[in-house]
Amino acid sequence: MSIDAKTVQHVATLARLQVSAEEVASYGEQLSRILTLMESLNRLPTDAVSPMSHAVNMELPEREDTVCNSNQRESLLACAADTEQGHFRVPKIIE
Amino acid sequence: MDMSHLSLEDAADHLRKKTFSAVELTRFFLERIARENPRLNAYITVDEAGALAAAQEADLRLARGDATPLTGLPLAVKDLFCTQGLRTTCASRMLQRFCPPYESTVTRRLKEAGAVLLGKTNMDEFAMGSSNETSFFGPVHNPWDLTRTPGGSSGGSATAVAAGLCLAAIGTDTGGSIRQPAALTGITGLKPTYGRVSRYGMIAFASSLDQAGPMTRSVADAALLLQAMAGHDPLDATSIDTPVPAYRERLRPIPQGLQIGIPGEYFAEGLTDPVRRAVEKAMGVFQELGARCIPLSLPCTDYAIPTYYVIAPAEASSNLARYDGVRFGHRCDDPKDLREMYARSRSEGFGAEVKRRIMLGTYVLSSGYYDAYYRKAQKVRRLIADDFHAAFSQVDLLLTPTTPETAFQLGEKNSDPVQMYLSDIFTINVNLAGLPAISLPCGFDEQTLPIGMQLIAPPLREESLLATAHAFQQATDWHLRRPS
Repeated sequence: MSIDAKTVQHVATLARLQVSAEEVASYGEQLSRILTLMESLNRLPTDAVSPMSHAVNMELPEREDTVCNSNQRESLLACAADTEQGHFRVPKIIE
Repeated sequence: MDMSHLSLEDAADHLRKKTFSAVELTRFFLERIARENPRLNAYITVDEAGALAAAQEADLRLARGDATPLTGLPLAVKDLFCTQGLRTTCASRMLQRFCPPYESTVTRRLKEAGAVLLGKTNMDEFAMGSSNETSFFGPVHNPWDLTRTPGGSSGGSATAVAAGLCLAAIGTDTGGSIRQPAALTGITGLKPTYGRVSRYGMIAFASSLDQAGPMTRSVADAALLLQAMAGHDPLDATSIDTPVPAYRERLRPIPQGLQIGIPGEYFAEGLTDPVRRAVEKAMGVFQELGARCIPLSLPCTDYAIPTYYVIAPAEASSNLARYDGVRFGHRCDDPKDLREMYARSRSEGFGAEVKRRIMLGTYVLSSGYYDAYYRKAQKVRRLIADDFHAAFSQVDLLLTPTTPETAFQLGEKNSDPVQMYLSDIFTINVNLAGLPAISLPCGFDEQTLPIGMQLIAPPLREESLLATAHAFQQATDWHLRRPS
């Protein structure tokens, strides 16, 4: 499997990453090598196998829908790079 | 008195007998860290004030006579457990200044059991790596040979334990990140059954694989720490709700006729001779102790690496989508719009290996490739788990090498991600199947580098794993050797 520059750029856009021209080349080559390794999986027939999404078979637990967190607005906002009047601030979205 | 390599029980005993106080013990380690950490780089953050305050508290409890098993014992914690008010970086520029507003369940339980947290240990960035070289804070050095890696991703915890910069440490294991560094530094490392220990407050890498566990100088110490860490937690929906056995009390001699399976695939091409010889000698020790070693096969073993490197990056790319520069973590300067803020903040905040895995995960989950890669890998994951289930219908435990080779040179595998990924070849399968496994020292190569072997058990059989590993340590002294 070989990944071309256009695909690398597309994946970077999906992943919200900015990649330089050099990175496009190196990621393309490295991802191609890794995907080639992954293709060995195709040697195993798996049509009759059900996918395993989790290590433990368990039902998702349920709980009463009650309020249990106290107001943590200040401590949560304190983690952010930019806040104003109790909100997270980001660059202007609507012109 | 050299307190650097005391067992947890001996240290607790000294504290009760007042040979030294918890404050003296903590000061001893803080001074040792100040002296040794510059050349080892095991700690990212040392919490001197917090540790001394906890030690004073411990001394009060000791004086009152109501000490718990870990009261006053100085431990180190991998820097991906959220510690309220204490910087938690995940060894990333992204979280360089992140101070969590809440406490992880693991660190909360350790603190409640009386432990003194000395600081946060170095690791591969977001736990992605096998050599500790992807850390934003620089690589950790192996105390057995400073030019070599201690392994990863819990390399800081491993080095801190091996070099006596704490009594014991906590790591996390997604594909071998407790066991591989334990093997490369000559210590004991336990990855519990998936769900045995709460993941609440552990910064997520691959949620269906991540699990926390103890990294210690003996199995007895590991049993004590697991006791404090394990148990159901309503804050983690994947936490298993079954009682926690008394691990330390049940470190009994192994039952006569215990059946230990030896999977041939782990002794094939790629395994170096010194590791093979050491593990074969260990088989002899187990046989002398009354166990039977039975050859068997785990046919899907070779598919574990490709399966893991689809599933883990897929989960990582989803988990790491939360780092958008808005609520916490790094934000770039002067973005011109929101999209640029996301892309630049992420590109500046993440290192090369993290970005590589995000790209890989995004690719295998993207439209048109999901079935070919992600669904396929999930199916092979079941086949790998089925292999283990079939094996455990024949035997009680499995014995394998932990790693194909001893500690490699820093820089040796940096340029080729595939070579680096292959260093986890014997540990990854266990995470995919969600099983408990322990790595413990079983010898040295001709360069005096430690060799580790791995015991694997069926789900929730930590008890049997610990008892068997403890019996081995009662019969051998590999775990008592120290780097000079």
